[in-house]
Amino acid sequence: MNTWLPMAVLLSSLLPGLVIFLLAEEQRVPRTLLNLTAAVTKLLLTAAMAWGVFHGRRYETRVTFLPNADLVLRADTFSLLFITLSAVLWFVTTIYAVGYLEGTPHRSRFFGFFSLCVASTMGIAMAGNLVTFFLFYEMLTLSTYPLVIHRGTPEALRAGNVYLRYTLSGATLLLAGVALLYTLAGSVEFTEGGALDGVAGRHVELTVAFALLIGGLAVKAALVPFHGWLPVAMVAPAPVSALLHAVAVVKAGAFGITRVIYDVFGVYLVHDLGVLHPLAVVAAVTILYGSLRALQQGDLKRRLAYSTVSQVAYIVVGVSIFGSVSTIGGLVHLVHQGLMKITLFFCAGNLAEELHVHRVTELRGVGRRMPLTMAAFTVGALGMIGIPPVAGFITKWYLGIGALEAREPWLVAVLLMSTLLNAGYFLPILYTAWFQSPVEPWAPKARRWEVGPALLLPTVATALLSLAAGLFAGAELSPLGWTKLITEREFRP
Amino acid sequence: MNPTAWMAWPVVLPLAGAVLALLVGRKGVRVVAGLASVATFAASVMLTWEVATRGVLRQSIGGWGPPLGIEWRADGLAVLMLLTIGVVGPLISVHALDHLGDREDREFLPLWLFVWCALNALVLSADAFNLYVTLELMTLASVALIAVRRDRAGLDAGLRYLLFALPGSLLYLLGVALLYGVYSALDLGLLGQRITPGPVAWVAAALMTLGLCLKTPLFPLHVWLPPTYTGAPTPVTALLSALVSKGSYYVLLRLWLEVFTPILDWQVGQLLGVLGAAAVLWGSLLALSQSQLKRVVAYSSVAQIGYMFLFFPMATVGARTGAVYLVVSHAAAKASMFVAVGNIHQAVGITELGGVQGLAYRMPFTFLAMALGGISLIGMPPSGGFIAKWILLEESIWTGQWWWGLVLLLGGLLASAYVFRILRGSFLPLPPGVKVRSIPLGNELAPLALALIALVLGLVPWFPLELLAVGTAR
Repeated sequence: MNTWLPMAVLLSSLLPGLVIFLLAEEQRVPRTLLNLTAAVTKLLLTAAMAWGVFHGRRYETRVTFLPNADLVLRADTFSLLFITLSAVLWFVTTIYAVGYLEGTPHRSRFFGFFSLCVASTMGIAMAGNLVTFFLFYEMLTLSTYPLVIHRGTPEALRAGNVYLRYTLSGATLLLAGVALLYTLAGSVEFTEGGALDGVAGRHVELTVAFALLIGGLAVKAALVPFHGWLPVAMVAPAPVSALLHAVAVVKAGAFGITRVIYDVFGVYLVHDLGVLHPLAVVAAVTILYGSLRALQQGDLKRRLAYSTVSQVAYIVVGVSIFGSVSTIGGLVHLVHQGLMKITLFFCAGNLAEELHVHRVTELRGVGRRMPLTMAAFTVGALGMIGIPPVAGFITKWYLGIGALEAREPWLVAVLLMSTLLNAGYFLPILYTAWFQSPVEPWAPKARRWEVGPALLLPTVATALLSLAAGLFAGAELSPLGWTKLITEREFRP
Repeated sequence: MNPTAWMAWPVVLPLAGAVLALLVGRKGVRVVAGLASVATFAASVMLTWEVATRGVLRQSIGGWGPPLGIEWRADGLAVLMLLTIGVVGPLISVHALDHLGDREDREFLPLWLFVWCALNALVLSADAFNLYVTLELMTLASVALIAVRRDRAGLDAGLRYLLFALPGSLLYLLGVALLYGVYSALDLGLLGQRITPGPVAWVAAALMTLGLCLKTPLFPLHVWLPPTYTGAPTPVTALLSALVSKGSYYVLLRLWLEVFTPILDWQVGQLLGVLGAAAVLWGSLLALSQSQLKRVVAYSSVAQIGYMFLFFPMATVGARTGAVYLVVSHAAAKASMFVAVGNIHQAVGITELGGVQGLAYRMPFTFLAMALGGISLIGMPPSGGFIAKWILLEESIWTGQWWWGLVLLLGGLLASAYVFRILRGSFLPLPPGVKVRSIPLGNELAPLALALIALVLGLVPWFPLELLAVGTAR
């Protein structure tokens, strides 16, 4: 068993983050170098760990903490799904953020907290028990708050307030749930198949604990009615939105919900408790509500934000339907949604940065001026709608089959409606951008590319990754292949 | 050296330092006080080491054992308090050096050493009368400290403190007299064995608890706290909130754990718990509605003291651990907050909450300290406050009294509201025309060091927790 690798993965963003805080504002080159070195280091470490886990090796760092709860960082197949996603997207987002924030104030603070965010996400992904999970979950809240209010405008501060109000209330519910479970079960280590066999008979307490835990996690996962913070937090700079929506925050919630269902309670136990179905209904409502609200938004980023509300609920729907096929669909969407949504946010950032375009109606003919950006956007949007071969199709396919297999045909109807709604708010954007002519000629390009390479390359890269995840879904190490590995282990009776 | 001999040094050394510091001239005060602090802290560490390796130590002063002589006792709880005082106190005084004027400096340091001596003696005392004497010493030295600046606000604050703390001590003394009259014992252990439920025990317990709650202070006896805390010089306020208020709470804890255990029944526990809960909610709400920075932090103390009384309805070993952990982490976190407030006052001269606007960029360490200290007050991980809250939360569920857990969680939410109210303004751009005086680096680092202690208490809690378990019988 390897004991240092999980710690190293955590430290590879924690330490650079702390160093970055100490750098002076004008030390641009050392800061960028440090950022990129750290991101590459993490990628390499993650790859090494993924290889090991695939071959059945075990990785665990354990530190004595409280009498009945150690601090445990552990890599299993499910953590690696999340870690790999975060490591890859951290790398591209870092490049993007360096380009995006060039010349703006407080960059040391920004990148410092950015790294802490990623470190917290790593901790969440590798947490081996509920207390460790809670610790990093709270650290994530604390380190994203300065990013949300980064611009320091009254609007940003208001958004920060809303963000804190929601997330801290959620954390309080979560803490209550964690404490309740610990007093019931002594200690709750994440275990494939569930860790609560000893107390399986205490239905009332377990149901209360489940409700508290899921209620707390639902805030970050932005399930209706706990989603209110997400559209408001849009005032943050584009790389932060990308981070909030695709990698760190909403995924931490969705990841946590999955952990609770599969590795704390165990899917058979929650099925017996009868709590899965209500959760699936809440998630289905969220899917439709998010799409409907997205349809009403004229602001591009807000439309994307409500689309996130809807799309993250796909993950929750998938994992809360009893059956392995839908679980695969839900889990794989954790990655797919991340890749596609980060592409869309990068594009929105590029448009705002280069042409100061924020509203959908202002996009007329933008395809000719920024073809690569809009091509990437098109890939992301088609993926969200669920058109093959983009990754989103794979998700919807598995979710649909899974719903039928689990005899929940109403869900297929929800998926179909959601797809129509997705098309309803994404296709007009594509139409406006590609087929309408601009009101007035666009400002000429200042450089060779349509935007700076630091903004363009990450955008194109994530678009290609969204395509690749769909095209090569059958490969053993694709997100889908990996998800099947996880699901097999969870459903082993 | 005989291991029990270590027990005298944490009391003798600050006393000697205080006397010597009064005698030397202006220049020598800092040197003497510095040496005395280092020596006292070293002695506390040595005593802690002895207790950690050998277990509980006892020492009869004057050669007689109980019931006649005075017994001192060092168990895990006592040495943990010694360490807390020995770390938090000197860090506050480092800040005080540049915060106060020259003359105050000359008086602050000896007075603080007196307080330190009294606190250490209090922590090590194991008999009811000796506890009274040390409490009284602590009170009087504190009054002098509050008024150290000799300005109107300080004198008012000192007088107000005296007016509430003295009756507190007297009520306690009445209880001691009653106990001695009936059970002819002063030693806490002996009293604990002899006491039987009945009118005498009830009256004595009521008098002593009331007195100590007045000094600590527990809601609704807290009315003197906010004006006193705002009137005193900031470093003194930090000492009062972090350490002095813990002295009387410590006595309360000892009394109910070792003497009045037979009469700590459901109703008594619930009553104290209800008052604590009211303190948490009322104190937090008032903190939330203050417009002055220092008053926000002061009312937060009312709330945090409230948490400590949630121990009584649960009355388990675990709950005691949680309460003591809160005492320790609150000492570090609150001291850090007050000292940071002092820095802000020194730098911009503004005491209003809005005055922090844009300061995060100019005083990064101060605001980092404020943020980390605030996190501990909220009870968010990683911080000592979280560990304390977690333990108490678990105990509340264990003992089937989940409603106290609810109070804890609600208090945390309210705390986050007032903490972030301070922090978020600091992120705004600096308003034009504001002059920020640079303050000495030591003043910026002192609150940070205190806040980091609160953080470390949350990262490696096993050491203090194991220490605390030394000598816990039940």
